[in-house]
Amino acid sequence: MAFSNEQLTRYSRHIILKEFGIKGQKKLSRGSVLIVGAGGLGSPAALYLAAAGVGRIGIVDADDVDLSNLQRQIIHGTDDIGRPKADSARAGMLAVNPETEVRAVRAFLNAGNIMDIIRDYDFIIDGTDNFPAKFLINDACVLSGKAFSHAGILRFSGQLTTYVPGRGACYRCIFKEPPPPEAVPTCRQAGVIGALAGVVGSLQAMEAVKYLAGIGEVLAGALLTYDALTTAFRKIALPRRDDCAVCGAHPSITAPVDYAQAACDLTA
Amino acid sequence: MPETPGAELRPDARADVTDVVCPATFAKALAALEDLEKGRILEIRMNDGEAARNVPLSLKDEGHQVLKLRDNGDGTCSLLVRKLAD
Repeated sequence: MAFSNEQLTRYSRHIILKEFGIKGQKKLSRGSVLIVGAGGLGSPAALYLAAAGVGRIGIVDADDVDLSNLQRQIIHGTDDIGRPKADSARAGMLAVNPETEVRAVRAFLNAGNIMDIIRDYDFIIDGTDNFPAKFLINDACVLSGKAFSHAGILRFSGQLTTYVPGRGACYRCIFKEPPPPEAVPTCRQAGVIGALAGVVGSLQAMEAVKYLAGIGEVLAGALLTYDALTTAFRKIALPRRDDCAVCGAHPSITAPVDYAQAACDLTA
Repeated sequence: MPETPGAELRPDARADVTDVVCPATFAKALAALEDLEKGRILEIRMNDGEAARNVPLSLKDEGHQVLKLRDNGDGTCSLLVRKLAD
């Protein structure tokens, strides 16, 4: 494929990077990313990936935009309140880059639909806000051999890791199973600082770009933590666990599993 | 292949970057080089001024061989460059 003058101008700051070049931009344009959750993490990730020229982006969310989302979910505007988040996010991405093919999926992921939904994508971004979804995405990606970015944010702290098949820990190697629903505060109950979502969601976009373009080293086999109050990043090495229930030598999980979710998580 | 002194350098392909502005000039030159095999020569027509100053330097920095910059006398110049880097 040949880039038009308009594309060469739009992506010129990528193309003139020696490590990235025309090759990197072509890989992005042929690549696809599924973003699960058009919320605090998904908003910046979606905007950066659309702007970067990723060829196809899927955005999954079953919720509608709420006034209390707007403090951190920057892809949505005040006029979008009440609109399905997946549609609003799609419009936001197309406004930045009309060339991107964006598929809005208005659904909750569950054990029954996740394998089909992730199948068509090269890389998955977990921008969800609850443990059942995080384990579901992890297991589905491990089982289908897909790379994905995990992230979580709460109050002033965030964490991030990238799973690449065969290269280090999966999410379940780190946290064996979801905590009991009542033991976990959600964003709704505990609060979250808006720009934290921007920091961590942008890191997820960066991981996706590196993975698709084949440059640098993604955060595989390591967990990055960020404390916004002290501006401290820590990177902790995480080897794969041989006894992991999904990616270990003798997995007991061979199909996606639905876990119970606290009711208030659904609208956080 | 060594050049014979005084021999005419024949481009294998041509690109015109006069219809874009920096840094898309360089990006367009890179896109044209991408389609060439190593060792081949590209002729790039560019506007005098910023492009003529920057594109040759940027291509050299990428590892390509800048062979010749010719003033076309119409506000443009033509640069001959040999692709050496991937």
